[in-house]
Amino acid sequence: MKIPFEQHTLENGLRVILAPDPAAPVVAVNLWYNVGSRNERPGRTGFAHLFEHMMFQGSEHVPEAAHFSFIEKAGGSLNGSTWLDRTNYFETLPAHYLELGLWLEADRLGWFLPALTQEKLDNQRDVVKNERLWRVDNQPYGDWDERLQALVYPETHPYHHSVIGSMADLDAASLEDVEQFFRTYYAPNNAVLTLCGELDPARALERVRAWFGDIPHGPAVPPIPGTTELPETLGGEVRERGTVAGALPRVYLAYRIPPYGSQDFYAAAVASQVLAWGKASLLYRGLVKERRAAQDVVAFAFPIVVGASMLVLWATARPGVGSARLEELLLEEVATLAAASDADVERAVRLMEARQLQELQRVDERADQLSMHATLFDDPDRINTELDRIRAVTTEDVRAFARRFLGADNRVLLTYDRPAA
Amino acid sequence: MSKRRLTLHLTGAALTLFAGACAGGAGPRPSPPELPTDMPEHPPSPIALDRTMAPDPGPAPTFTAPAVRRFTLANELQVMVVEQHELPVVDVQLVVRAGAAADLPPAAGRAALMADLLDEGTRTMSALELADAVDFLGASLQVYPGWDATTVALHVLKPHLEAALLLLGQVATEPAFPAEEFQRKREQRLNAIRQELDDPRALANTAFAAVVYGDAHPYGAPLGGTASSVAALTLDGVRAFYRERFHPENATLVVAGDVMAAEITPLLERALGGWERAAAPATELPAAPRPAPTAIHIVDRPGAPQSELRVGLVGVPRTTEDYYALEVMNTVLGGAFTSRLNMRLREEKGWTYGAGSGFGYRLGPGPFQVATAVFTEVTDSTLTEIVRELRRIRDELVPEEELARARNYLALGYPRSFETTGGLAGNMAQLALYGLPADYHDRYVERILAVSAEDVWRVANAYLDPGRSAIVVAGDRARIEAGLRALRLGPVYVREPAAP
Repeated sequence: MKIPFEQHTLENGLRVILAPDPAAPVVAVNLWYNVGSRNERPGRTGFAHLFEHMMFQGSEHVPEAAHFSFIEKAGGSLNGSTWLDRTNYFETLPAHYLELGLWLEADRLGWFLPALTQEKLDNQRDVVKNERLWRVDNQPYGDWDERLQALVYPETHPYHHSVIGSMADLDAASLEDVEQFFRTYYAPNNAVLTLCGELDPARALERVRAWFGDIPHGPAVPPIPGTTELPETLGGEVRERGTVAGALPRVYLAYRIPPYGSQDFYAAAVASQVLAWGKASLLYRGLVKERRAAQDVVAFAFPIVVGASMLVLWATARPGVGSARLEELLLEEVATLAAASDADVERAVRLMEARQLQELQRVDERADQLSMHATLFDDPDRINTELDRIRAVTTEDVRAFARRFLGADNRVLLTYDRPAA
Repeated sequence: MSKRRLTLHLTGAALTLFAGACAGGAGPRPSPPELPTDMPEHPPSPIALDRTMAPDPGPAPTFTAPAVRRFTLANELQVMVVEQHELPVVDVQLVVRAGAAADLPPAAGRAALMADLLDEGTRTMSALELADAVDFLGASLQVYPGWDATTVALHVLKPHLEAALLLLGQVATEPAFPAEEFQRKREQRLNAIRQELDDPRALANTAFAAVVYGDAHPYGAPLGGTASSVAALTLDGVRAFYRERFHPENATLVVAGDVMAAEITPLLERALGGWERAAAPATELPAAPRPAPTAIHIVDRPGAPQSELRVGLVGVPRTTEDYYALEVMNTVLGGAFTSRLNMRLREEKGWTYGAGSGFGYRLGPGPFQVATAVFTEVTDSTLTEIVRELRRIRDELVPEEELARARNYLALGYPRSFETTGGLAGNMAQLALYGLPADYHDRYVERILAVSAEDVWRVANAYLDPGRSAIVVAGDRARIEAGLRALRLGPVYVREPAAP
């Protein structure tokens, strides 16, 4: 399957991708800004995400809370999200409401600052603190990603800290920070706008020009702070312990791997599926089914691009199986990846193909992937070649990846046990 | 890849929990036109653009649900086929009326365990052979337990449809229920229940259902059962449940995607034609208990930095005539981001990441509940606000603008639920499961748009009752109990979570 699209760049630097898809009378409006938690400065962890919340608090022509109500009364859905490398904003609307989405997105890119108030910031700071409690502090194993990032990346690397950030840093965020962050990163030249769905590209482009064209080009975006170059591996084994109140111990295992976009990353992605996708995967078969040591197993590679990515695995212990024993068995099973069979790899590739095709049924997912490839690689057509890179991964690639990256010199073990009595 | 697992979204759980069936088509227009709907060839001058008002959308297209071809196989299995040729993919759902509502309390979790076991080996294939075969087709074959049905769901590329359907047929009609897999799966279920003791959301949900429905009604236990009920399940019991309920007359098969409705019958006969007919018993659901006067139940989580709140009572069956009015009412109250509960508790107060409400629609009267998680120190104040909103929607007519927003949210969003073959299949399965009329999807939009402020007022008074609601709070008792007692909403009880 090939997803047709056209790409344009406005004079102010805004990249625009138009992907007509007449299958349903809907349109996805998807905007990626090339800024994420990796761009945060020391003492302001969590800020990119807090800022994302502020973008829904109104702009010069859009009153407070009106962004939501305009979309909802059009029968649309909307959200935004922040991750290490980027921040995205998106709405899916009935096709005849395309212009509404353009108006709202253009207004908060071009006219955000006049609507900013301390009261809104204080309110959203509390919302985000609750989000942190809900996701991290009041959930079993809730801080796993925060802890793994801190162990896989050195303090000087921008992935060392989590997207949600610390309560103290959220408290420290000021209106001046919001204004400065906006002026630094929220400019058309640091964004990609994708429209996907029932649309006429020529007319859509003309409307995009009308709404976005007079927003000025911003200053040059500063480089990502800190050290972005990393040694290929950790150079040792790192261990850390956490506690979980009542239930089952869990072992997390993380490896430093090449960044998303590199061909080695695709080997890692396929390896993660060989390891833990479905009942025929190595870890499920070995740990859950045959040795009955684990309640569940999970593995995935982070699609992140600065310096290095992570391959993360976890297994939850069955009652009666101690975390030390689980860890030992988990490492044994991971070691079998170095002898993965052709069938293991073929199975994983087919599953990834099928999943991608299923996801691309949705216009919002198509739009998001087009924006992603344009933002991260300056090449939206990678949406059409992504599966080729996955299919190009051979059994030998997976084995070589295991030998090179999954050894004792490149792993973090984070174990959650019950607190000592 | 796994970005969904990891990215932080602006809005989260409490809302998506309740993102119920929603809506499509021809709503009233929001604002007067400022822009011509047909643009000239040349770019307009900036003056033509009025940024101070939302642009006019132009006329809404009318929504017509995709056509369904219905027929029955020789063994009386009812089939619904919907063609959608955008991509070479097909979704199949076999919906069998064998749900958890039939698990009377001592057997809670039986349907879910049966669902776990269906794809753990068939007469001719081991669990691993089956998993391998499905994976090699690049297919997904899953079994989902529900309150009213167990669904065997297949997603597959068109070229592999036949092979995958044969596997689906084996799973549904020839499961082996191996003793070893039974032991393993039952233990996995027990472990999952044990894990929930650490999860404040699960603790609150489980306690809420138990308080509202008591211990004599299937809805009083989690769908997956309790530690004691699952421990008592036997392989014979699960097999018997399967034998009793898994018959073609008790099922509907939905096929949606890149197929030709006129040509698919022989294929379906090959996959499922050998399924033998037999009568299945009707599910007799005990009457739900009458809602008791409001009481607060604390599930103590010492040191918890946040309180998980649930407020609600016995709701209403899916088949109710009041469905449309209830959907609009709930959208105003807690079913959308701009609903009263979320705007008050999140956007005004900053006490939560999200607040919402919803009806659990089932064949029997499922629960209505408000759900949120808030800073520990505002636990009692949050309850005051929730009760205030429950009273307000009963006492005052919803203003027209707010009502129009809720109606349009449901109606104009409806076509989106037909976008994917999976969504299409799911929508059609609802028709069969709940006996909804054939024109249900076509008429949904007009019915939602016909809901008046008086309708909303009437159903709010009929189905919400702040004086007879169960309130469950999973949080730090030491820090919240005094404040909860001071509210004087009703007696305060401390609930022990079930032992692992």
